[in-house]
Amino acid sequence: MNQAIRSTWIVAIALFALIFGGITYVQFFAVDELKNNPWNNRALLQNFCNERGTILVGGQPIAQSVPSTNGDTCKYQRQYNNPLLYSGITGFFSRSFGQTGLEKQMENDLTGNTDQLFYDRVVSMFLGNQPKGASVELTIDPKIQALAYSLIPDGQRGSIVVMNPKTGNIIAMVSKPSYDTNLMASHNPSAVAKAWSQLKDVPGISLYNSAATGDLYSPGSVFKLVDTAAALSSGKYNKDSVLPNPAALPLPGTNVSLPNYLYGGCSAQTEADFAFALEQSCNTPFAHIALDLGQNAIAEQARKFGFGQDAGDQLKLDYTPSVFPSDLNQAQLAQSAVGQFDVKATPLQIALMTAAIANNGVQMKPNLIKALRGPDLRPYDEPKPEVLRTSTTPEISKQITSWMTDVVDKGIASGAQVPGVEVAGKTGTAELGAGGQNNSWFTGFAPANDPQVVVSIVMQDVDIRTGAQLTSPNAKKLIEAVLNK
Amino acid sequence: MSQQLPVAKPRRNVEALLLVLALAVGIGANAMVSLDKSPWMDSDFWTQAILLTVLVFSIHVVLRIRAKYADPVILPIVTALNGLGLAMIHRLDIATGEGAGGKQLTWTALAIVATAAVLWFLRDHRVLRRFTYISLVVSAVLLILPLVPGLGANINGANLWIVVGGMTFQPGEIAKITLAIFFAGYLSSNRDLILLAGKKVGPLQLPRFKDMGPLFAAWLVSIGILVFQRDMGSSFMFFGLFMAMIYVATSRVSWVVLGLVLIAVGGFAAAKIFSHVALRVDGWLNAFTPEVYGRASGGSGQIVQGLFGMANGGLLGTGLGQGRPDLVPYANSDMIIASLGEELGLIGLFAIVLLYLLLVTRGIRAALGTRDAFGKLLGCGLSFALALQCFVVIGGITRLIPLTGLTTPFLAAGGSSLLANWIVVALLLLISDAARRPYSTGPLEADLGPATEAVKLP
Repeated sequence: MNQAIRSTWIVAIALFALIFGGITYVQFFAVDELKNNPWNNRALLQNFCNERGTILVGGQPIAQSVPSTNGDTCKYQRQYNNPLLYSGITGFFSRSFGQTGLEKQMENDLTGNTDQLFYDRVVSMFLGNQPKGASVELTIDPKIQALAYSLIPDGQRGSIVVMNPKTGNIIAMVSKPSYDTNLMASHNPSAVAKAWSQLKDVPGISLYNSAATGDLYSPGSVFKLVDTAAALSSGKYNKDSVLPNPAALPLPGTNVSLPNYLYGGCSAQTEADFAFALEQSCNTPFAHIALDLGQNAIAEQARKFGFGQDAGDQLKLDYTPSVFPSDLNQAQLAQSAVGQFDVKATPLQIALMTAAIANNGVQMKPNLIKALRGPDLRPYDEPKPEVLRTSTTPEISKQITSWMTDVVDKGIASGAQVPGVEVAGKTGTAELGAGGQNNSWFTGFAPANDPQVVVSIVMQDVDIRTGAQLTSPNAKKLIEAVLNK
Repeated sequence: MSQQLPVAKPRRNVEALLLVLALAVGIGANAMVSLDKSPWMDSDFWTQAILLTVLVFSIHVVLRIRAKYADPVILPIVTALNGLGLAMIHRLDIATGEGAGGKQLTWTALAIVATAAVLWFLRDHRVLRRFTYISLVVSAVLLILPLVPGLGANINGANLWIVVGGMTFQPGEIAKITLAIFFAGYLSSNRDLILLAGKKVGPLQLPRFKDMGPLFAAWLVSIGILVFQRDMGSSFMFFGLFMAMIYVATSRVSWVVLGLVLIAVGGFAAAKIFSHVALRVDGWLNAFTPEVYGRASGGSGQIVQGLFGMANGGLLGTGLGQGRPDLVPYANSDMIIASLGEELGLIGLFAIVLLYLLLVTRGIRAALGTRDAFGKLLGCGLSFALALQCFVVIGGITRLIPLTGLTTPFLAAGGSSLLANWIVVALLLLISDAARRPYSTGPLEADLGPATEAVKLP
């Protein structure tokens, strides 16, 4: 009998050996496989509940982790301050809908998981602490950001980008409509789901990117700056070239024609130089240039300004490349030359193009990050201005600057005049179908002789009069605010 | 007997020392789970710490008086396991806002009091042999209770529970003990008869058909549990218990082979006929298939989440209170092993499984040492059932075998399981006392049945 008992014990030992084997497999050999399983949301949840680094503007936090209130399974709650102003920059961190904006792009820094913080990580591992994340300080000026946001009326769709052309630093970047990112970061899943279903259908709200860097708009006449640069760099035109300026240009191969801008003074002359054509924003001279140079020349110049290109690694936001279409017939090319047809640009692209003209033809990498600081507040990264690409020559950019100064001084963008400061600018109006509604643009910089600030404004779906009021005069206020600091 | 110590020592002081260690493990764990809560170590913590200490030391005192030669390792092992279980249940209460910890503590108190009562009043396990057939009747009643309309409750598709006054109870857990008593009594009385007759076919000595009664009875009970109570885990464990006891009683491998054939046939048929069995098997084999994972009933979501938790713990674990075991369904009962694996890591879980292994080994050691066949069968059967229960639960959670609803002894939240397993401990302690007690002081010769002599056969 005892022999049978011993055999039973052997069987029991065998069962335990199997258990040990099972545990070893799960907790040692299969760990990576299980951790990488797409259904495994533990890493995300842990991340979601941990303390994350703070995002700051002007020394004030706009995204921070605060201890959760009682009864929450998470230790920390992400809190966004002034979320309407910053939703397009911070993005959000939602348990069910993922991460967007800087919360996504700066993940490794905000969690303290970046290589630069390796030492801090090792120390906190030995102390048994949760590794602390880095603070992300932005180049945004909170006063300009708030002013820009207030300049877009409630109920109006629009974006404003303010940047420094010499450094590429973004000073302000806002869009309306905006939303409260705290709604998406709530720890109450049903409240988040409800907020999501309400927000996702609001026209103009982009939950997954910033409207200023991710949404594409027809640039309209602002695109004439590209035609101008292409014309001058082709060698076929110079500053004194005389361009045909008919009231309407029949579009080759069709029975329609491209008219000049109705509200400007184009009809005064049937021939124009660049200065006049830009001041009054005449269409036909630029359509003529494009048809003359061919689509490759225009496309090449557009590419040099950044169309179809990325925005460099310093812009830590999802960025949609702007579009200049290819395989155009002559009629389409003529329309594209005045920023219509399928030409599309983000507000940031227009700002970058303007910044290149302001900065002697050199486009700087757009940059949002002023400094990254470790848990001990020592900065471990302070991005320096970097050249993104050369868009045109200093001579051509100087020439275009002088014409853009005229546009503000005596032309169509006179609303942007700032007393005592020379402002260079260009307006644009892109028709949105037959309803008489437009995208209204202003892009420009000041002072013209030593550019400190680029302002690009787009107001979507407005009539021409409202659009004019919401662009150039607002640019003036922003330029004044930045220069008078 | 060769296993007999030359000079038997009670070793109660060793037990006291080990108990202090075991309590330090359980209470220390409980202190850690509320480390970042304020106030740290609240009144609940102290209630639990003091109650557990008083209770297990009262058992220790009872052993000193009634069974001073009992194995000194068994009680500390069980104390450590019960304490760890309480700590993990408390930790999950903090995360989920449930109140399972208080209930578990009440049941722990009840179970330990019952253990003390068994030790005090029973004094000698051989007395139980008188209740062989009464045990059979009690077992039958206990197993049928959950099927009585108005009394039984179907929870998560299994008919294992009865509801009395709002409290749920699993009579099957107690039936594990009464059935073991019946089989130990029946087999110790009839083993000579069963052994002597039978045809030899090849290397196998086949039992006579009429002697196969107990085997068939066991098989029928197991299949009955599977079909009517819809509980694969219990069914498997009961059958394993019977098999082990029949094997120990007869030393015939033929019985084991026959038993394995029977359970294979029964299990295969059940998987074909009953959807709940088939679903369990499918959830095991195809755990990582999306449709199986997302299935509302019988899906693999629970097991896969448990595996994620254990992987999250890895080798060293996240540390108590630092993981997210609350993401796993039934984290404090069926899946408590995954919760412990996540927070204590592979190393911690190995330690826990080693405690079980040690407990089973001490139980079997007691069965080896005791001189009566009844005690040998009961001790070995109960110990092996414990081993089987661990295998079914932990094997299920680590996806070695299909996951079934058995509880992890002493750890998992659940009163009936706690009560039953503590009573098993009481019986093992009594058997070990009989095993280690010097022969001359052996009590109650008159109580020893006629089969006792059979023990002295090789």
